[in-house]
Amino acid sequence: MKNFIFIFILPALALSAVCCLSARGTCAVVAIRVSCHLFINNEWHDAISGKTFPTVNPATGEVICQVAEADVADVDKAVKAARDAFRFGSPWRRMDASDRGLLLSRLADAIERDAAYLAELETLDNGKPYAVAFSVDVPMVIKCLRYYAGWADKWEGKTIPIDGDYFCYTRHEPVGVCGQIIPWNFPLLMQAWKLGPALATGNTVVMKVAEQTPLTALYVASLIKEVGFPDGVVNIVPGMGPTAGAAIAKHMDVDKVAFTGSTEVGHLIQQASGSSNLKRVTLELGGKSPNIILSDASLEDAVEQSHFALFFNQGQCCCAGSRTYVQADVYDEFVERSVERARRRVVGNPFDLKTEQGPQVDQEQFNKILGYISVGKREGAKLMCGGGVAADRGYFIQPTVFGDVQDNMTIAREEIFGPVMQILKFKTLEEVITRANDTKYGLAAAVFTKDIDKANYLSNGLRAGTVWINCYDVFGAQAPFGGYKASGNGRELGEYGLESYTEVKTVTIKVPQKNS
Amino acid sequence: HLTHTLTHTYLPPLSIFINNEWQDSVSGKVFSVYNPATGEQICEVQEADKADVDKAVQAARLAFSLGSVWRRMDASERGRLLAKLADLVERDSIYLATIESLNSGKPFLPTLFVDLQATIKTLRYFAGYADKIHGASIPMDGEYLTFTRHEPIGVCGQIIPWNFPLMMTAWKLGPALSCGNTVLLKPAEETPLTCLYIAALVKEAGFPPGVVNILPGFGPTAGAAIASHMDIDKVAFTGSTEVGKLIQEAAGKSNLKRVTLELGGKNPNIIFADADMDLAVEQAHQGVFFNAGQCCTAGSRIYVEEPIYDEFVRRSVERAKRRIVGSPFDPTTEQGPQISREHQTRVLEFIQTGISEGAKLECGGKALGLKGFFIEPTVFSSVRDDMIIAKEEIFGPVQQIMKFKTIEEVIERANNSDYGLVAAVFTNNINKAMTVSTAMQAGTVWINCFNALSTQCPFGGYKMSGNGRELGESCLREYTEEKTITMKMVNKNS
Repeated sequence: MKNFIFIFILPALALSAVCCLSARGTCAVVAIRVSCHLFINNEWHDAISGKTFPTVNPATGEVICQVAEADVADVDKAVKAARDAFRFGSPWRRMDASDRGLLLSRLADAIERDAAYLAELETLDNGKPYAVAFSVDVPMVIKCLRYYAGWADKWEGKTIPIDGDYFCYTRHEPVGVCGQIIPWNFPLLMQAWKLGPALATGNTVVMKVAEQTPLTALYVASLIKEVGFPDGVVNIVPGMGPTAGAAIAKHMDVDKVAFTGSTEVGHLIQQASGSSNLKRVTLELGGKSPNIILSDASLEDAVEQSHFALFFNQGQCCCAGSRTYVQADVYDEFVERSVERARRRVVGNPFDLKTEQGPQVDQEQFNKILGYISVGKREGAKLMCGGGVAADRGYFIQPTVFGDVQDNMTIAREEIFGPVMQILKFKTLEEVITRANDTKYGLAAAVFTKDIDKANYLSNGLRAGTVWINCYDVFGAQAPFGGYKASGNGRELGEYGLESYTEVKTVTIKVPQKNS
Repeated sequence: HLTHTLTHTYLPPLSIFINNEWQDSVSGKVFSVYNPATGEQICEVQEADKADVDKAVQAARLAFSLGSVWRRMDASERGRLLAKLADLVERDSIYLATIESLNSGKPFLPTLFVDLQATIKTLRYFAGYADKIHGASIPMDGEYLTFTRHEPIGVCGQIIPWNFPLMMTAWKLGPALSCGNTVLLKPAEETPLTCLYIAALVKEAGFPPGVVNILPGFGPTAGAAIASHMDIDKVAFTGSTEVGKLIQEAAGKSNLKRVTLELGGKNPNIIFADADMDLAVEQAHQGVFFNAGQCCTAGSRIYVEEPIYDEFVRRSVERAKRRIVGSPFDPTTEQGPQISREHQTRVLEFIQTGISEGAKLECGGKALGLKGFFIEPTVFSSVRDDMIIAKEEIFGPVQQIMKFKTIEEVIERANNSDYGLVAAVFTNNINKAMTVSTAMQAGTVWINCFNALSTQCPFGGYKMSGNGRELGESCLREYTEEKTITMKMVNKNS
């Protein structure tokens, strides 16, 4: 089905449309040069069922284009292609590790070449401000792929001094066919975080991209083909979670599934693995991350960082600092400054370079967040600013701040995933560690203080996969990231990120006479 | 004609590279650089001596100072610069192979397909390591938080030989820069040209001034100045064992700078009766004759199991007689000239001692042609372990073939050397392969192959073949200083 609202329509494999956004008098035109189909074996396929689904521009609520919708049968096709690309003796299995690295490097180069276009497409499909997509998301994608390109021929097994007349060594082999299910909040970046380690270690991939934001991943698929990855190494299937995602999670011929998304769905993925073939599972799930401001912190810096920690990416970060614990002495001033800062936050057309905050990704998120704001008010939190809809079309929500939040309130316990800040008061360090850890989540945490002992004490005691000190949302391809408890298991990025994509094989050879 | 054309059109700047600038030598002296295929001079290059080394050390020290651009740079960005350098070498690989061939006498096609590729891959490999050099956080006893930083050592002096000028440049620059050091590199006086071109690419890639400094010059002057400099933190030397000893002494006498050495070898290549004969003959041939015999890894003691000895000798001689010696730019050439008149003479003298000590000269033995420094591929059989040609590194196209009876005997004879760089064993039997490879006192052991080197694999010598390892992850520790930081903690918890 073609989109008749917009002007240019090209036949055959490419679906192209021109999109015009206008808000506050700014008009942005983005030509869609991506093939909105399934990418299997380096070819573009319709869904076997013929079904498509619309992807929407959240700044306007309008459909951008239709995308082929993968279901169980398409996942089967993709898994077959990935399995074939992984067979013993295949070009991908026979390739020097350093050449796998070179392909990843070339992919990074191609993305760098098309950075402006990819940032536009990301903004169109996801709603994040273009200035951020271009200066943060895309560069981080490039760095991640280059980082893992470098690991390909450096992920070494060991030789081991085993007892007895034996020579023993380990091989670091790829796991096999990896299912990867990625979310809509950082479409390009999440794709890179998944592809980087999986391909560096020699796996093949079946990736389901989020139905809200399939476009940039599909464009990257064309680059994957362009730079020369063999057929079937990367397969991308846009589709829905309960159909295509579930098909991957319970597939009997997928060796591993990596999922980033909600904790709720994470539970389902793990169950599906248990009831199918015990495929290896790694999960990056939700969070309700504590951001702890001590009275000796540099207050201006803490306010700005805390604002960024919550509101970045329209509040749609798994690691959002969504419980801001402020020490009693500085609480009032912190709240006042935070409110003032939130009021100044520029919400608008994502293609306007002055915009700090774009729309939420879709109607469902939009409704959910407004629902949480209602609950917050009802349960007695003090609404300091915002709280409502910010525009009359698209999914824009006002930057919202709640003060006097108590730990047992819904807005203090559940992940909102929107531009809603909770500020809570505390007295002592021991108290705040207990309160900060009193959650099923454990993704990130932060501490703002000048005192070296307090910084060490808190960073030691917080049960979170990443602890930031006097900063927030600092990421690097080199630094592992992942959750304690229900925020997930396993780590992505860094050298650690290679582990879950590796099967370790021990080879033990009898020798006539062992010597040290 | 080729020399003339290149001299006047395409050579890199022929001076000293300090602080991303081209400088004349302080003394004004220059030295000549030759084409060993003809003996003709190619050009003259500014000659660095102690005063120039001092200047370069100052530049490198400044570039290394706390707060400098290089010290403040993200590790991943250091990696990007190395990756860019690799891309530039790839861009100019035909040109570089041409100059390398012209200056060193190596045949052009192998230089393009082997040396250049290895150079590019080495730079790319170490580019990838820059932001993967991890320290540790450590569960120490007591109320402490402890972690280690892997810091660059500082100013590194690097002295490289003439047998693989480009590759040796990459082997040295790669890890040193990946770890964040600054460098003074002295190429061999015989072969400075490709290294100087790399300097131009270093600047083009965007390395900050002073990070890489290149000083063409001689060992006893510039090289010695580096080895004994009081403000150089580490010296890495690849060359002869004889000079390696001098470097180590100089380090001990001066400031105890860290020393790594890649020196000579007299490498055993052990052929069992059950080996694939065709493979073994060809690999043994290439193993000793590659690069006109001018490899520290040359398999220059070939131990052949008695039952197949005669056949092996016969086939090796036949192969050696077929080896094509000629102009490096002739695509059919397998073997170019030796690097210089002096080296050619030395090799010919070794051949004479072989003859006079009673080894059987099967083929070759003489200089070839009137111009340049060519030597016929030479094979000796009936070589005894106590002959000079069996003990000393010849570094020329001279193959020694010995006979052995048992595995225990050959292990002992193979290890009976002050050297210990590489060894090889050819056999189909898994037990013999495991036994011999475990027993060899050598930094690299090849099984059913020879000269199988790759940037991921650590390479270096046992005993007087050197110390330390290059390539692979191992070499990173030669270019880092590990600092332990221990911080008092309140209430340590696991």
